[in-house]
Amino acid sequence: MAGTGLLLVLFLFAHMAGNLKIFVGADAFDHYAHWLRDIGTPLLPHTWYLWIQRGGLTVAVVGHIAAAVILARRARLARPVRYAHRPKVQGSYAARTMRWGGVIILLFVIFHILDLTTGTVNPVGDAQHPYANVVADFAPSRWYVTLFYTLAIVSVGFHLRHGIFSALRTLGQQTPRGERRARAIALVLSLVLVVGYLSVPFAVTIGAIK
Amino acid sequence: MNLKLRVWRQTDPSSRGRMVTYLVEDISPDASFLEMLDVLNERLILAGDEPIAFDHDCREGICGMCGMMINGVAHGPSRATTTCQLHMRHFKDGETIDVEPWRAAAFPVVKDLVVDRGAFDSIIQAGGYISAPTGAAPDAHATPVPKVDADAAFEAATCIGCGACVAACPNGSAMLFTAAKVGHLGLLPQGQPERDTRVVGMLEAHDEAGFGGCTNAGECTTVCPKGIPLTLIGRLNSDYRKAVTKRG
Amino acid sequence: MTFWTEGEPIADQAAPDGPIETRWERRQFGAKLVNPANRRKLTVIVVGTGLAGGSAAATLAEAGYKVRSYCYQDSPRRAHSIAAQGGINAAKNYRNDGDSVYRLFYDTVKGGDFRARESNVYRLAQVSVNIIDQCVAQGVPFAREYGGLLDNRSFGGTQVSRTFYARGQTGQQLLLGAYQALERQIALGNVEMHARHEMLELVVVDGKARGIVVRDLVTGAISTEFADAVVLASGGYGNVFFLSTNAKGCNVTASWRAHRKGALFANPCYTQIHPTCIPESGTHQSKLTLMSESLRNDGRVWVPVRAGDDRLAADIPEAERDYYLERIYPSFGNLVPRDIASRAAKNVCDEGRGVGPGGLGVYLDFADAIARLGRDAVEAKYGNLFEMYERITGDDPYTTPMRIYPAVHYTMGGLWVDYDLQSTIPGLFVVGEANFSDHGANRLGASALMQGLADGYFVLPNTINDYLAAGPFRPLTESDEEVVAARALVEERIDKLLSIDGDRTVDSFHRELGHIMWEYCGMERTEEGLTKAISLIRSLREEFWTRVKVPGTGETLNQNLERAGRVADFFELAELMCVDALHRAESCGGHFRAESQTPDGEALRHDDEFSYVAAWQFTGTGEPPVLRKEALEFEYVHPSQRSYK
Repeated sequence: MAGTGLLLVLFLFAHMAGNLKIFVGADAFDHYAHWLRDIGTPLLPHTWYLWIQRGGLTVAVVGHIAAAVILARRARLARPVRYAHRPKVQGSYAARTMRWGGVIILLFVIFHILDLTTGTVNPVGDAQHPYANVVADFAPSRWYVTLFYTLAIVSVGFHLRHGIFSALRTLGQQTPRGERRARAIALVLSLVLVVGYLSVPFAVTIGAIK
Repeated sequence: MNLKLRVWRQTDPSSRGRMVTYLVEDISPDASFLEMLDVLNERLILAGDEPIAFDHDCREGICGMCGMMINGVAHGPSRATTTCQLHMRHFKDGETIDVEPWRAAAFPVVKDLVVDRGAFDSIIQAGGYISAPTGAAPDAHATPVPKVDADAAFEAATCIGCGACVAACPNGSAMLFTAAKVGHLGLLPQGQPERDTRVVGMLEAHDEAGFGGCTNAGECTTVCPKGIPLTLIGRLNSDYRKAVTKRG
Repeated sequence: MTFWTEGEPIADQAAPDGPIETRWERRQFGAKLVNPANRRKLTVIVVGTGLAGGSAAATLAEAGYKVRSYCYQDSPRRAHSIAAQGGINAAKNYRNDGDSVYRLFYDTVKGGDFRARESNVYRLAQVSVNIIDQCVAQGVPFAREYGGLLDNRSFGGTQVSRTFYARGQTGQQLLLGAYQALERQIALGNVEMHARHEMLELVVVDGKARGIVVRDLVTGAISTEFADAVVLASGGYGNVFFLSTNAKGCNVTASWRAHRKGALFANPCYTQIHPTCIPESGTHQSKLTLMSESLRNDGRVWVPVRAGDDRLAADIPEAERDYYLERIYPSFGNLVPRDIASRAAKNVCDEGRGVGPGGLGVYLDFADAIARLGRDAVEAKYGNLFEMYERITGDDPYTTPMRIYPAVHYTMGGLWVDYDLQSTIPGLFVVGEANFSDHGANRLGASALMQGLADGYFVLPNTINDYLAAGPFRPLTESDEEVVAARALVEERIDKLLSIDGDRTVDSFHRELGHIMWEYCGMERTEEGLTKAISLIRSLREEFWTRVKVPGTGETLNQNLERAGRVADFFELAELMCVDALHRAESCGGHFRAESQTPDGEALRHDDEFSYVAAWQFTGTGEPPVLRKEALEFEYVHPSQRSYK
């Protein structure tokens, strides 16, 4: 859980950095998108690197989900009879929403790939002009897409707030000071990601990016 | 004060239980939660009903025998307090209180609010000790122990084995209990020779007993009557990784 | 009316004589050994898993015996030793403050008011040193100093620092050490553990203790368990008072069943009453909670000067407060020993000057300490105790004085044992608080943990060999006459309890019995009161057997049935305690006879008449027991009267 999760967090940051290029301009953004396909050339043929990364990410996602399913199954087996009085959350809400948050994120990832990678559900869907795809995607009239996107990103934020802390704990973080630090790191990283990711669609929706 | 109690009643491990409502009148706010149940039981007996079975012994918060979910919180609303030391003044007159046993596959219900926590003993059997047969000990001052380590070991060792951590855990995990013992013994020089086998053995026993996995949700430490810190789980994880790596 | 008859004196045949320093070594050498290969063929039953029972079971298993261990709790870790707060004494002399085995021996004999055996106490002091080593090796996290060495404190008014402690949870940590050693032996298959099982009868065959009858508390199944020797480590009987600092389940049944089968019961009236407990808050009260005696180091004890003064503590001016301990005992003040502080509190409450609900309490005031040391310093020292007090009472001791009252805490009496810890039934050994032990008439602070572990780790595992060397004994079957009889006794009793179906609960009887005991056999006893108590107990016992209502059946978990059996035995014990208190027409230790006091109201011992252990033989329920005296000789520590003025 921790290993795959941290890999995915690294990817999220790289992905966010790329997204933010949109603020530099259409050319820069499109150029970046094309460059992605050329990473590793000439050592690797065109788009090979991207496919390797996609393969790696898929393995991480599948591993992450598999671990989550095993944990959830064990949890269900460990408490076959539920409480009649539903326990109040004493610890953190982020920790208690990991599973549902994960499902929302998974659905979002599928939608997101169909939307901005394959272009299947995108109004433009032109692989050569990702900038245009993004602008069309978050147009004010498509507020529901922006809303879903926002919901998903906030879920990611919650997921990581507990996830990053939990991963550090799993990897052996064990001092009270370290715990405070781990929680702070998790909070800051989650906030940075949420802000970074949401800045693009909102910028489009309010017309800052056209 | 007057209260409405909804209590889990179950006659034996194999039968189905249900929540039963009791009106409990004229309870002193100075009574403890268990004393309130005593009063109710006395009335039930005289009325020809079966009294509610619940575990308890020392009634001073140290034996770990008592424990019940009170309105969905293990040991009730007061932090760092066992059920026996919870007093009725923390409830409102006229309040409805739900009382349930610990719920975990590894803690089957024996009767009403009584559960079998034998799984904790099996975790200890799998390595929660230092092998030091009587008579084999060197002088107590032969190995000095840094005060910080001794204090941290003590803090971990204050676990009373009540099971609230399991009851509160959304995963039904006993990781805090296991980590407390691994931490207590692993922090002391005397515990080093068996440190690797201990953590591996105890975790195996933990999983075998049917406890869930830990997701660091932290519910356990908030309800723990002794405030066993969550950091001990990190220590257990680290010990486990090292032990497994060494084993190859 | 005859309350007792006197029989033949009894002597401790196992005790070696000669120089006291070498007695234990010589006894160990003199005791027969059992070949390691033969140990596997010998089974020992251990009842109880506290400090004494847990350590004994683990150690016997390590030695190679087959051990079967029983406890009524759901896990051996819950035995009431776990609640001991203060510490454990050991003559390590790590402080270089003049401590020694001899000084610990001396202090313990004197503290016991010269009613303990010198040989036993000396051995206890010798072994104390090994206990600390053993516990540290097991990982018991004793308090340490910055240099990494063990910390010590002085406890209970001793002038040397010999008490080892683990914050306020020494009992817990020591018990977990023994428990872990026990669990290790369980995992190795050397101990068969039976939690939630209660011993209800002793099986005696050919005059030897050969087994027990137990009830599985979950299924109600009655079974007989056989062994070559039986060890009782079933704790003390303070719960005869209903309200005590004991756990709710503590009981005398195992000991009492053995007593009925012929084991002598020694000094039952020696009860320790602890002065600093949280008072009763109402009729719902189910137990009393002890607060560490260390509070008396800085708290001042007082009551209003005027009887019936019901003003709040803060409204009572200084001039109208009576700091009675400081007034009566100017040199020791608030630090007088437990028995004296307890009795003084009772006296002022009897005068109508008690405070709090029912007038059963005295103030323990920290206002002066807070003014002198500052709130922070007081908090650093007593913060956890203040928190506990507030949790229970809802009062804040920083602003309102605490209310305290004495409560029954420990029982020095118990089954009579010889130097080998063997009772008068061959093969029945008794360890820990269950035996009449090494404390005489009064126990010093931090001595109970020491005795429990000394018995379990070091004494019994050495002395029991001498008995077991003659084994294995003839195999028994369920159909042996004595076995059938023992089992029938248990079943009949359970049937009887379930069939009465009266109109009073078990607890109501227990509570009433406790009141009688507290009133007449508590801190101060008189001939008149004890005589009255005996007749009250007898009639209440009869009422119990005709009016008690035990709901449910014997085939499931039935906590009322468990309690009913225990209370039934408490009735018989209570009577014996009163008889013992009545016959001992002197004041000593935990037993204060009003007729025997100095002109200024202090305890007056009569060494010429009463320097003996009173070992009682059972003759039948309600029948006068037979007194067997074991004379006590003091070759090393010469009896003197205690004075704290």
